[in-house]
Amino acid sequence: MRVMAQMAMVMNLDKCIGCHTCSVTCKQAWTNRSGTEYVWFNNVETRPGLGYPRTYENQEKWKGGWELTKRGRMRLRAGGRLKNLMTIFSNPILPSIGEYYEPWTYDYSTLTDAPAQEHTPVARPKSLISGQNMKIEWSANWDDDLGGATETAHRDPMLAKIADKVKFEFEQTFMFYLPRICEHCLNPSCAASCPSGAIYKREEDGIVLVDQDKCRGWRKCVSGCPYKKVYFNHRTGKAEKCTFCFPRIEVGLPTVCAETCVGRLRYIGLVLYDADKVLEAASTPDDTGLYEAQREVFLDPFDPEVVRAAEQAGIARDWVDAAQRSPIHALINTYKVALPLHPEYRTMPMVWYIPPLSPVVDVVAETGEDAEDTGNLFAAIDALRIPVEYLAELFTAGDVAPVDAVLKRLAAMRCYMRDINLGRDPDASIPAAVGMSEEEMYDMYRLLAIAKYDERY
Amino acid sequence: MDGSLSEAFVRSRRFFTRGTVSQDLRTISQVGGREADDFYRDRWSHDKVVRSTHGVNCTGSCSWKVYVKDGIITWETQQTDYPSVGPDSPEYEPRGCPRGAAFSWYTYSPTRVRYPYVRGVLLQMFREAKAQHDGDPVKAWAHIVENPRRAKTYKSARGKGGLVRATWEEASEIVAAAHVHTIKEYGPDRVAGFSPIPAMSMVSHASGARFVNLIGGSMLSFYDWYADLPVASPQVFGDQTDVPESGDWWNAGYLIMWGSNLPVTRTPDAHWMTEARYRGQKVIAVAPDYADNVKFADEWLAAKPGTDAALAMAMGHVVLKEFFVDRQSPYFTAYVKTYTDLPHLVRLEEAADGAYTAGKFLTAADLADHASEENAAFKTVLLDSATGEPVVPNGSLGHRYGEAGVGRWNLELGDVDPALSLLDTATESVLVRMPRFDTPDGAAADLPRGVPVRRVGGHLVTTVFDLLLAQYGVGRPGLPGEWPTGYDDAGSPYTPAWQEAITGVPAATAARIGREFAQNAEESKGRSMIVMGAGTNHWFHSDTIYRAFLTLTNLTGCQGVNGGGWAHYVGQEKVRPLTGYTQIANALDWNRPPRNMIQTAYWYLHTDQFRYDQFGADTLSATTGQGRLAGMSTADVIAQSARMGWMPSYPTFDRNPLDLSDDAAAAGTPVGEYVVDQLRSGALGFAGEDPDAPANHPRILSIWRANLLGSSGKGNEYFLKHLLGTDSSVRATETPEGQRPVDVTWRDEAPEGKLDLLMTIDFRQTSTTIFSDVVLPAATWYEKHDLNTTDMHPFVHSFNPAIAPPWQTRTDWDAWQTIAEKFSELAATRLGVRKDVVAVPLTHDTADAMANPHGVVRDWKKGECEPVPGVTMPKLVEVERDYGAVAAKMNALGPLMDTLGATTKGVTFELGAQVDYLRAKNGAVRGGVADGRPSLRKDVHVCEAILALSGTTNGHLATQGFKTLEKRTGVRLADLAEEHEGKQITFADTQGPPVPVITSPEWSGSETGGRRYSPFTINVERKKPWHTLTGRMHFYLDHDWLTELGEGLPVYRPPLNMAALFAEPALGTVSDGSAGQVEGLTVRYLTPHNKWSIHSEYQDNLFMLSLSRGGQNIWMSDRDAAKVGIKDNDWIEAVNRNGVVVARAIVSHRMPEGTVYMYHAQDRLIDVPLAETSGKRGGIHNSLTRLLVKPSHLVGGYAQLTYAFNYLGPTGNQRDEVTIIRKRSQDVTY
Repeated sequence: MRVMAQMAMVMNLDKCIGCHTCSVTCKQAWTNRSGTEYVWFNNVETRPGLGYPRTYENQEKWKGGWELTKRGRMRLRAGGRLKNLMTIFSNPILPSIGEYYEPWTYDYSTLTDAPAQEHTPVARPKSLISGQNMKIEWSANWDDDLGGATETAHRDPMLAKIADKVKFEFEQTFMFYLPRICEHCLNPSCAASCPSGAIYKREEDGIVLVDQDKCRGWRKCVSGCPYKKVYFNHRTGKAEKCTFCFPRIEVGLPTVCAETCVGRLRYIGLVLYDADKVLEAASTPDDTGLYEAQREVFLDPFDPEVVRAAEQAGIARDWVDAAQRSPIHALINTYKVALPLHPEYRTMPMVWYIPPLSPVVDVVAETGEDAEDTGNLFAAIDALRIPVEYLAELFTAGDVAPVDAVLKRLAAMRCYMRDINLGRDPDASIPAAVGMSEEEMYDMYRLLAIAKYDERY
Repeated sequence: MDGSLSEAFVRSRRFFTRGTVSQDLRTISQVGGREADDFYRDRWSHDKVVRSTHGVNCTGSCSWKVYVKDGIITWETQQTDYPSVGPDSPEYEPRGCPRGAAFSWYTYSPTRVRYPYVRGVLLQMFREAKAQHDGDPVKAWAHIVENPRRAKTYKSARGKGGLVRATWEEASEIVAAAHVHTIKEYGPDRVAGFSPIPAMSMVSHASGARFVNLIGGSMLSFYDWYADLPVASPQVFGDQTDVPESGDWWNAGYLIMWGSNLPVTRTPDAHWMTEARYRGQKVIAVAPDYADNVKFADEWLAAKPGTDAALAMAMGHVVLKEFFVDRQSPYFTAYVKTYTDLPHLVRLEEAADGAYTAGKFLTAADLADHASEENAAFKTVLLDSATGEPVVPNGSLGHRYGEAGVGRWNLELGDVDPALSLLDTATESVLVRMPRFDTPDGAAADLPRGVPVRRVGGHLVTTVFDLLLAQYGVGRPGLPGEWPTGYDDAGSPYTPAWQEAITGVPAATAARIGREFAQNAEESKGRSMIVMGAGTNHWFHSDTIYRAFLTLTNLTGCQGVNGGGWAHYVGQEKVRPLTGYTQIANALDWNRPPRNMIQTAYWYLHTDQFRYDQFGADTLSATTGQGRLAGMSTADVIAQSARMGWMPSYPTFDRNPLDLSDDAAAAGTPVGEYVVDQLRSGALGFAGEDPDAPANHPRILSIWRANLLGSSGKGNEYFLKHLLGTDSSVRATETPEGQRPVDVTWRDEAPEGKLDLLMTIDFRQTSTTIFSDVVLPAATWYEKHDLNTTDMHPFVHSFNPAIAPPWQTRTDWDAWQTIAEKFSELAATRLGVRKDVVAVPLTHDTADAMANPHGVVRDWKKGECEPVPGVTMPKLVEVERDYGAVAAKMNALGPLMDTLGATTKGVTFELGAQVDYLRAKNGAVRGGVADGRPSLRKDVHVCEAILALSGTTNGHLATQGFKTLEKRTGVRLADLAEEHEGKQITFADTQGPPVPVITSPEWSGSETGGRRYSPFTINVERKKPWHTLTGRMHFYLDHDWLTELGEGLPVYRPPLNMAALFAEPALGTVSDGSAGQVEGLTVRYLTPHNKWSIHSEYQDNLFMLSLSRGGQNIWMSDRDAAKVGIKDNDWIEAVNRNGVVVARAIVSHRMPEGTVYMYHAQDRLIDVPLAETSGKRGGIHNSLTRLLVKPSHLVGGYAQLTYAFNYLGPTGNQRDEVTIIRKRSQDVTY
């Protein structure tokens, strides 16, 4: 056992209101400068939708992340590392600026400076790439709130696999929001892709950074990252990415995106893991086994052996303490409601998500049954407005069982708490039905609903 | 890992790197000393963090950290230090939204107004004229504006570029000269100011308001103008609006979001909803589209736009049937008997044909034993079920005033058990004609339904409850009339099946949701809540929509209960330190009363939209009406309301009110008498009866903290044409003869360019600034001191300057002082000291509410009564204006504070000690008219004054106010504030973490003991009456005009039929462009609040534009788009009689067929090409809207239907509009 500590995040998508405050505060703090106009370390996607950059999840096309060879060995999907190195001068699988979006501004000053003229002055859009007038055809968040635009929905890579489940009709509309930052993976393919060795994980907290001195701008990391969360600064010629706000984390402040999240849906905490197990877990043969495999890599911070080993590994006592009170540990391992994003990329991502639950009751109501009855609720999850299959494509490599289990826990929590809310006797059979004790369910409710500042971070 | 060669290669990396390559060669890790990443540490570093907020019209009231480095504002993040709500609840941190997070972009952006600007052509003329007139700026102004050719030259150039830099000295001189000339020539009431929503930055609002009120100008309303005022609130509650803080959603067991898209419009609050679900709250969304909030709802009811009342009526039908008739819920029954008008008796009027209609409330004046009591006509009557005898209960309006009512204005019923229904004791039953409007075109009809009746005091009466059951179609055995056969009777209002055809919501769903709402309320004792907003409140008939909602909350005992009741969130704001703010802004410390004006009526007349009406006011009448609106146009109704003293009207007379005072003095007659005589003789007329006469035009409009022409101005193109006199795209035809006003003069030539001066103070360019004659550069919200509050949370917090105002910008307080000083200098000799006669409407929360017994229309002009100021016409009050002393008065707290105190909602506060405190705290002014008075020179002084003079921020005053109220009510109240009697919040306190406010009689709810604020908890828990006729919440309104419109009780009225009223194509029409029509598809046109802006603020912000579509757009359904060949991101035009819009289409199946959304206030400044249809610059969202005034909003002088500023008045509704959508050429030109 080789204990390492990892700073990680969980986002509760069931609470995300899609406001993009996280994107703006992050951009203002980090990428509001020339060379990074198009760069959003944090972005929020409406799903279904194409994402940013467009169709980044289509690894057939973009070749990000890892794959297993026929012999079961891990290999960068973009090709072995030698091939990788051989192709540094021509990297054909790099998203163009158009796949992100062509950033622009407006000639605002004309509003003040326009001479006397026939028509009301107007500020026209100007490309920040070419400086020319332009018609805006895509933006950082073009398909916001569309739930899959008529024009583009069929290109959502996640929909392709479950096309028969989704109809783009008014009555069947569904959507939810997916905020994304760098995953700060345990097995980062960006780092493995870098010919210069400029990308590294911080020993003490696992934050993945690009060494700005060593980066030579090969952009292999951009290709290698399946989440497309490494960006090329076209002014400095270096790669840049989300830093997990390390200058804030180091002084005990949460990341900007987390602290400014008005949905209060982001949790940050420390996770202890066994570094010796990462490769084996990432090499799990079946894609659908990767979620459980990654959980197996995490160590129980209350296990005395783990505590001892951590001490031997030089991890300070307050860090162990932090791992014990970590909301991440609780959400991933204790309550088992958080899931990794695209485990099939085999990077062992460390930003996890609680899938969105709602709406659920209308499905029950249509059957004419009592929507507050727990049994009916559980049955309804299979017929959610948001297809479970779509969520499974995002979080469990297509396996609906873990998603189903999470949604049932959330639904059960609501049923259980409703009795308490209305002053009725609580019904212990509700948590029992999802394998939880009453105390566990109540504690989970407090963490998800009350979610005080010092419990989120 | 992959191949061995590669592995060997990678392994070698270990020799070249400082980091540690993992054993399995996957990755590298490094410890410490990462100098290479200093870039990010540097980026994060900053010199200081300053607390401020955003003075934007959103009610968010979020406290922010503003980061400053090297004297430059870098960015902002949210404060997280709100005081805790308690251990078992989520907290208010972090409040904010993406718009606010993007604010600092404005500070240094190229759209920032850095210097004063004047349109070149005007500035040049002014300089020349000034030279010609020996440097006299006032004569120079007159030289320009009194010459039609010169006036037209600069007016027709408005909005077409050509702004040039000026100095503060010169720009303020132009503004001051214009004021002096206008006041002298036309009168101070020809000057108007517009700045909305004081709560978002109350000192900044008060700056110009104080100036306008000191000179005698009119401040224009905003809450009613924005159509955010739910007129149902004064109608039902006798209160402007009072709502729960968002933290109280947590306490609800059942939450319906009805026309309120919380994630978008209440971004910082939305988490309370998502979190309350985890506590087992059931959440329902009623929205025509799959809006952002729908994803959180357990059920989505996609009611068709504008049909919400039909759904609510059907739910009410179910509640009444299942919880009041089939079975009586003890909780509901006890609640409605005590807190609503349901048991009160109503007289039935017999018509010639023997049918009855619901008439007036039975009052003590109708009972022989009580008729001689004080205010008897304002004391309603109920029956005691124990004795069967009539009882005049405490608490009605008649007890609120006069000696006999002292200690009796309360809701204590003693041993009386009010009879809810007369069914058990009735001697007979009669058929009452119940109005209905449920045909698709909204045509009036009625149907007979029986009610049990008795004779009391010689009058045939029934209860409001019995009438309500008849209205809702809930039958009982033995009653005659047409009743539904069951929930599935689709032909009879208001059953679940009936509503299905109208709303599209399945009948069973409507019934079930209604039932669940009530079940939850019964089980939880009132913890069912409806969050309602613009989606349901911006309709022409939104008052009836809201009354249908309030029927649900009020029947089920949810009002005045934490976690229950209505939660109206659109434009509602809350100036928590209300009393202090009101004194400063209205300049009540120096002179009273102010001229506060209803803005909708103002622009309806002054932008000449009344000249384009195609229907009479009686189009809206019920078949049960008396024909009271017959033959009248809407303008006639406005004029009648004004002359009867119901609503304010400025400019008031067709003569300068300063001259009018002089004339009275010259005639040796008291001014009141003089004006009455002159009006009677016809020598004096009302300006509102001839709005197109040059003497009656508004001449000066000052706008600050607002964007009238880019945001709130419904009928934008009419503004451009008639008010400003510049190019417009109005396509409508004028009202034909025969439909024109009768009492209001029709001038054949419509004026263009009525306004002489449009002055705007702003920090960014907007549609208003680019059409303005003078633009002054404002400090931003990160560059000044101010106060901020909201009703969404219970804290007061502050603005503070992160940097000093840059370039030549000034704070609003500073800018208005500059103007006031220049004005005083010019006015001292030219205007001097004058007397000004102010016409004041009958005012709410005063005894004026008893001016019109039974709400009967009495028009002195028609000989129905005598003109008596303060009773049948406006009060006439003479005010002295010392024009040379305006600046001195502005800068000091005046002497009326000591002598008259301050009155809020009928409670008068004595302020002697507070004035002394402020004199010491702020320092005293030395010399001049304000010698020795507390200083208000700096914005911080004003903050201190507002805080010290309000009960919510000064525990001494809160306690004092409650003690005053205890005397009138006879119930215990002062204990609510006593826990904080010694607490006084100072400005320095607000510079720290947000400060919780104190429970005060200024508001209806209690925060005592740290509870969440819910409105009317004081009314319910302490039996303090509502400010209504009965003192209870009203289901029934018996005013003549409400009866005329068939709106005595909640009723469903469909959206206006624009095809019938204005000959627009019918909805769904696809025209090929033949026969002179515009080709395209006709759809419902809605302007909901925008995700990427707060009204027009932020819509021009590069961050918001980058996260959206980067310019004006219109959302439409894929089905509609297909009908006219439109694809996503195509350029399209929206065309109707009011104007033309060019935008890009967003096509999505989340939109309902038949309706398009043009999200609110995208302004016209960003990427708007020329329109093919007009050849002019494409318009804004309001280019397609216009004002439509509902007569019942003009009612006044009667109980809760009595005017107060922003409390009652016609709404600037805009949701009933339609437009044609056409695909245009994709080659656009600019």
